[in-house]
Amino acid sequence: MTAEIGLAALWMAAALCVMQFITGALALRADTVSEGADIGAITRPAAIVQGLLAMTAFVCLLWLFAITDLSVKLVASNSHSDKPLLYKITGAWGNHEGSMSLWIAVMALSGAAIGALEKRLPEKTIQAVLAAQGAVGAGFYAFIIGSSNPFERLPTPAAQGAGLNPLLQDFGLAFHPPTLYMGYVGLSVAFSFVVGALVTRQVTPDFARAMRPWVLGAWVFLTLGISAGSWWAYYELGWGGWWFWDPVENASLMPWLAATALLHSVTVLAARDALRTWTVMLGVVAFSMSMLGTFIVRSGVLTSVHSFAVDPERGAFILILLAIYIGGALALFAWRAGTISEGKRFALASREAALVFNNIMLCAILGVVLLGTLYPLMAEAMGDRVSVGAPYFNSVSAVFALPMFAIMAVGPILRWRQDSGGRISKAAILLAAIGIVTFVAGWLASDAGILPLLGLAFAAVLGVASVLPLYSRSLRRTPLATWGMVLAHLGIAVSLFGMASESGFSKETLAAVSAGESAAIGPYEVTLLGVEPLAGPNWTALEARLSVSDGSEPVVLRPQSRSYVQPVQTTTESALHNRWDGQLYVVLGQAAGDGRWQLRLWWKPFVTLIWYGSILIALGGAMAAVGHIMTGHRRRRLVVRLKERRAEEAALA
Amino acid sequence: MNTLRPKPKHQRLVLVVIALIVLVGAGFLAAWGLRSEANYFYTPSQLAADPPVYSRMIRLGGMVREGSIQQLDDGVSIRFTVGDGEAEVPVRFTGIVPDLFVEGSGVVAEGRMGPTAFMADSLLAKHDENYVPRELQEMTEYQARQVVAETETGGGR
Repeated sequence: MTAEIGLAALWMAAALCVMQFITGALALRADTVSEGADIGAITRPAAIVQGLLAMTAFVCLLWLFAITDLSVKLVASNSHSDKPLLYKITGAWGNHEGSMSLWIAVMALSGAAIGALEKRLPEKTIQAVLAAQGAVGAGFYAFIIGSSNPFERLPTPAAQGAGLNPLLQDFGLAFHPPTLYMGYVGLSVAFSFVVGALVTRQVTPDFARAMRPWVLGAWVFLTLGISAGSWWAYYELGWGGWWFWDPVENASLMPWLAATALLHSVTVLAARDALRTWTVMLGVVAFSMSMLGTFIVRSGVLTSVHSFAVDPERGAFILILLAIYIGGALALFAWRAGTISEGKRFALASREAALVFNNIMLCAILGVVLLGTLYPLMAEAMGDRVSVGAPYFNSVSAVFALPMFAIMAVGPILRWRQDSGGRISKAAILLAAIGIVTFVAGWLASDAGILPLLGLAFAAVLGVASVLPLYSRSLRRTPLATWGMVLAHLGIAVSLFGMASESGFSKETLAAVSAGESAAIGPYEVTLLGVEPLAGPNWTALEARLSVSDGSEPVVLRPQSRSYVQPVQTTTESALHNRWDGQLYVVLGQAAGDGRWQLRLWWKPFVTLIWYGSILIALGGAMAAVGHIMTGHRRRRLVVRLKERRAEEAALA
Repeated sequence: MNTLRPKPKHQRLVLVVIALIVLVGAGFLAAWGLRSEANYFYTPSQLAADPPVYSRMIRLGGMVREGSIQQLDDGVSIRFTVGDGEAEVPVRFTGIVPDLFVEGSGVVAEGRMGPTAFMADSLLAKHDENYVPRELQEMTEYQARQVVAETETGGGR
């Protein structure tokens, strides 16, 4: 019964989504206010009810997975009754159909939130925004109902489920896809705002203020989703790396780069009414990138652990959706961009100019990553089989990232509109000195490469620069949004420091040891105590016991090599041990003959700062979003009160 | 500084031009980087016919010959032979081999051609039922069946 309720809810939500599109669009066409208002008034309630129905459908799916209803095809092919309950539930979105349901649910709920809460913009603009949201949603409903129905029943219930890929039976999975999806969907909301503003000619600071929390929210979730994915790959795959420039990782990085650019240009538009066209274009680009990301991940064009569906029909469907959305968005932009009038101007030395510079650098990095990701596909069409790896991405994107970090250091202490280089020269000299000293010290003290040393130097510069905006300010009266910026920029410095020190100063060793023997890595001495078999709920494993000591009390680490029963697969469970200045990473290999076992050991200085930094970034973004929302509320209340007072005065007079 | 402020129309144009120049520059830089850094894929017969320069990173794909995997004395290095039915290349690899790396099965080795053997930095094998490196996927279609039909059905380790 639950499956049928879910399917019915999905169909009704789809119908409401189409209706939301039609009423919103009709309201635009109507010239007289009263005529349009009648039809358009349905748009908001339609969006709210659609959100509730899509959520109902998704909750039904969760329930089916929780009780392992094996008469449902999706559950039977992706779950197993022996799995722990947490992984049964998270398994609901660990497959193609479920993840699309999640996407739809989040998207419809965002539409509902706009419908219920957004009051700042003219009603017509909101209706256009919801219509755009409906247009995007309709494609996804068609996709999910047409070719990936999650509620399909089996003619006869399966005796047992096929299980979930053991790599995905992890807490990381509970967190990583939903956060990324919220980010993608947030960008689609931003896109809807852009479309609404374009067609109703409302590219104004008010529009920027209404859109900003969505962009910030999307960016926060993307940041969390990407770093959760990176952390998960780091400890789960057992390869000792935190970023592989895998197409799927790039697919999440590209929307993040676009969202980062967008969030800064939206800030300029909101504060200074400049960069109107640029902001609109970035909105279109950010959405296109999240669509492209979905396409890369979901279509199976590029093979990876993420491509659940290597089904040509689905790939073609997503490709068509992608073409319609990106093509439509770009066409709309080309058609309407001319109607956006020029915003306010600014000087070369101003905060706007710094933000524009960094926006362009972010777009350049985006282009570099995009070309590198798609190049193997293009080459394959020409008959060459190539792969593009870290050497390309690291070196070419650094060309643009390093100047961006330099400007990012001084941008926040520049004034809006016009400033003089002389006013910030002291700070700039201080920062440059910090950078040079760090670089030279690193150069003399180690044999690390140029890029890690530059990264280290810029991390030091940014760490100091990020708190400079607070200098000589009353900390208690500093707005929450400014604190958010400081924290996010500090997070970039912290992450950069972690990345640079991990890639510049990591040590790696491979050893074959028998029980009682030891191997040295970094500050640690690792002794193999023994290797024993072990059984878990749905796996068996070989577990090594290692005694690890850096001169103090030894600690026992237990890396495993696990074999799952359903589906049959072997995974490596790494063991990690933290010290204040880094992390020890241990992987158990295979038997090496003569009673020896292969051990792969890494010493990774400050590697965890990568993820702590990203948490700071996300926290900063969230603080900025809350700060802006609260300021907006206060301002609106003030306006209302002013109006009331004027009305009272008018009544008295 | 007031002299530095051009007319609005003018400023928009300047911004567009600068952005375009940077993005086109990024495109060229990327194209150049891709030409010099992309790893080309070779089969053993291609490698024999047209060997790449020594320093160049490449990917070598083929089937691991039955009985060719030898563990070296250090316990962490192996030697094996990769073939495609026409040519064979000796490969040396130091590290932990992927779980599904077995004789008679497909492998993609990433590394450089050395004087006596291909020195692999990493090995990609079939990951699980759903995740097969793209090159292997195509290879299994026309080679694996003839070379090692039995291991395909054997599955697992």
